[in-house]
Amino acid sequence: MSALLEIKSVSKHFPIGGVLSGKEIHAVEDVSFSVGGHGPEIFTIIGESGSGKTTLARMILGLERPTMGEILFQGQPVTHANRRERLRFMGKVQPVFQNPFEAFNPLKKVDRYLASTARRFLDLSAQPAVDAAMDEALQKVGLSLAEVRGRFPHELSGGQLQRVAIARALIPNPPLLIADEPVSMVDASLRMAIVNLLRDLRDNTGVSVIYITHDLATAYYISDRLVIMQRGRVVEMGPARPILDAPEHAYSRLLKASVLAPETATGDTLTVQPELAAASAAALAGPPGSLVGRPDGRLVRQA
Amino acid sequence: MFSVLRDLIRYNREFTIGVVLVGLVVVFSCLSFFSPVDPTAVYRVAPDQPPNLTYIFGTNSRGQDMFWQLTFAFRNTLSFGLTVAILSRIISIVIGLAAGYLGGWVDRALMFFNDIFVAIPIFPILILFYFVMKTNANGFVLAMLMACFGWPYDARLIRSVALGLRFREFSRQAVFAGMSPIKIMLEEHLPYVMPIIFATFMANMIWSIGLEVTLAVLGFTNLNIPTVGTTLYWANNHSALVVGTWWWIAIPVAIVVILFVGLFLLAVSLNEYIDPRSRLRRMGA
Amino acid sequence: MADILTVDHLRAYYLMNYFGVNREVRAVDDISLSIARNEVYGIAGESSSGKTSLIKVLAAAIRPPLKVVGGSATYHFKTGDIDVTSADAEAIEAVRWRNLSYIMQGSMSVLNPLRKVGRIFEDFASRPLGLSGSAFRQRVVGHLERLKLSPQVLNAFPHELSGGMRQRVTIGLATVCNPEFVIADEPTTALDVVVQKDVLGLIKDLQRDMGSSIVFVTHDMAVHANIADRIGIIYAGRLVEEAPTRTLFTAPKHPYTAHLVASLPRIGDTTERPALEGRPPNLANPPAGCRFHPRCPLAIDKCKTDVPPLETVAPGQRSACWRWRDVEPLAGGRHRAMELSK
Repeated sequence: MSALLEIKSVSKHFPIGGVLSGKEIHAVEDVSFSVGGHGPEIFTIIGESGSGKTTLARMILGLERPTMGEILFQGQPVTHANRRERLRFMGKVQPVFQNPFEAFNPLKKVDRYLASTARRFLDLSAQPAVDAAMDEALQKVGLSLAEVRGRFPHELSGGQLQRVAIARALIPNPPLLIADEPVSMVDASLRMAIVNLLRDLRDNTGVSVIYITHDLATAYYISDRLVIMQRGRVVEMGPARPILDAPEHAYSRLLKASVLAPETATGDTLTVQPELAAASAAALAGPPGSLVGRPDGRLVRQA
Repeated sequence: MFSVLRDLIRYNREFTIGVVLVGLVVVFSCLSFFSPVDPTAVYRVAPDQPPNLTYIFGTNSRGQDMFWQLTFAFRNTLSFGLTVAILSRIISIVIGLAAGYLGGWVDRALMFFNDIFVAIPIFPILILFYFVMKTNANGFVLAMLMACFGWPYDARLIRSVALGLRFREFSRQAVFAGMSPIKIMLEEHLPYVMPIIFATFMANMIWSIGLEVTLAVLGFTNLNIPTVGTTLYWANNHSALVVGTWWWIAIPVAIVVILFVGLFLLAVSLNEYIDPRSRLRRMGA
Repeated sequence: MADILTVDHLRAYYLMNYFGVNREVRAVDDISLSIARNEVYGIAGESSSGKTSLIKVLAAAIRPPLKVVGGSATYHFKTGDIDVTSADAEAIEAVRWRNLSYIMQGSMSVLNPLRKVGRIFEDFASRPLGLSGSAFRQRVVGHLERLKLSPQVLNAFPHELSGGMRQRVTIGLATVCNPEFVIADEPTTALDVVVQKDVLGLIKDLQRDMGSSIVFVTHDMAVHANIADRIGIIYAGRLVEEAPTRTLFTAPKHPYTAHLVASLPRIGDTTERPALEGRPPNLANPPAGCRFHPRCPLAIDKCKTDVPPLETVAPGQRSACWRWRDVEPLAGGRHRAMELSK
């Protein structure tokens, strides 16, 4: 089975201070991985702001072109010559956005986005067929068309809106979803419903998910594999749980050590371990090195 | 639609006053359809009569009944202002939304074009137009020409709003829902631009009517067509204030002021009503 | 320990009228709580639970359409008592920043981008401190040292600083006058995890140093666990549970709290996390009885009609639930998971 998505030595450089200044910011630097080679999976990209995770997601969605390297989806490059090809690609790779309150026009009813998706990507025109497609997708996320039809975004909770957004993304039956921080803006009591939903989609619907997050705890909970990115570079990648149980790269260890949980509440002062912070800064400043394999299947960047 | 009007009249005093003022001027100008006199004919009544029971707005030095004369003048001026405002709004919406949403080279090209129109001095061009067209220059052709110059500032305003909307997540959601750029611009973005359109509609009418009056007073329009501008031209031509026929100038100016105040109040109150934030609050968000 | 703030049956509603549409949103509905000196009091609640409105009242930023319709919120400062729901603008101005200050979520909205940090400090703190010139500068530099910031930041513009440094500067601004009470509204939500831990540690150290009280608002229970001494849980405009932090995490007595604690995912734990069905109620039209009953797994008929009072269920712990005796820490938690994996 060939991989669904292949990222091959992809870099993205943005000019800063004007094209002529010659300065560039290396948002993504020589990233390679593939997703969905062994059936549906949840592949997590972990990084802080400035790690390049969002730029990477935009390149996968075809919204940015890589400066170097190539991105193949089902063996085809994701840069498209015309709108027809682009629409065909959008029917197979769909995004879920970060802020459900922002992802719907507050002045418009939410079902218009579902209906438009069904008409465009499933080539439906008769209203009953469109309704059936909408309802089927909404059932997958635990809602129904009756609950959603005619509603404005403010009439739904953040969790419901995010489920509607996921349902919309599912209408074309895409094999791959790109979810950029899908739960960071959703309230605590509704958050796990979304996370569990992503997992159920993988298990029951066969959808692969690229889950982009800064939250190590939910990543641990649902991911099969992950990459950890620091300033555009992959520092560690491989099976999710072994890596998060015992991260090896200094930056991965720093991230894990900074995660707050009820167990970390000791009553003492909270401090980031300075030796970890120093080691991770040194790794960033030093030569890029290369990714080296480990027996448990992970790759770790070494100078 | 009717309930919107009812709500506005009941809860917004500015709107009510605006409706009354503009309504008065519109009704007045509509009376021209029932006029017993030909507005182009001169010396039909005794000249220079001050306002009295027979001629409530008096008569001018050219022997015209000012009441009926002004109904024609305001009808022409109002429809001129409306035509310019509507046409130039359409141009500015199309260019502003397209430049803002499509971005890239489309934006650069449209804004380059836009800035050329900002830079061209309109007044000399209008005078040149008069000398070329002479008596063929009717109000509609002049309105078309002014509409071509009345959009660039507003297009820039609309572009700046559209530029912000383009990066909102709902615009991207719409793209991945397969909506075409035109659908996104007209259905997703236009509601956010409406307040600007209403506010500039008003400003644009004042601008175009003001410019028309200026041209006419200087004699650079077809003076046989009664408008507010040509009325003032003839008044000036007959030295109305020197002769003492003050009503020839004071009455049209007073009605213009009523019209502008009314339009201003309408624009302000409608803006408050269609503003997305206020709309959302009424919807209960 | 003496209390520094007493909130007594506080009710604050949004009263709105737009073109004939009248709306009354009961954002804060009968909340009573007190905060001791030298205490970090965590307030947890979801978006539109009313926590932001409560903070607005506590910060004496009560502006229409928000209106206090009942109750009081009284600070017991060393300089005298002040009830922010009834005090006049002058009295509030006298305590603002000197006794009562706040740390906001977005540092950029507090820091004027066109002014250097040193000037911003002057704008905020020169008058309340009653200092100027070199004495003022000395005081600020000394304070910045406590925040591990070099005096050079005073000559920088806000955009020249990193996100973490900017948040330190806003914390410095809020604490330079050694206020007795600080309101921290989601001060670390926008920060990356590494910086977040650092900034939280800083707030905690400063608080211990100065002996101030802090109201710390965030929706992140893991942050609360690490910084708060006591936590109050707000649901749909009401305080539903209040307890010392440890107790709240180990023995919650309200089903909503129990759910919040149980649904926290943890690294090293793969047990199924339960999701709560339903949605938070609309405060313009909240359900009768206990506002949590439509989503509550323990709900009985009484919950649909009678509002449960906030009663003391254990020393220091209050819960507003008819069935608090039946609330058990839900499945989850580290020990259970470890047993399963063996």
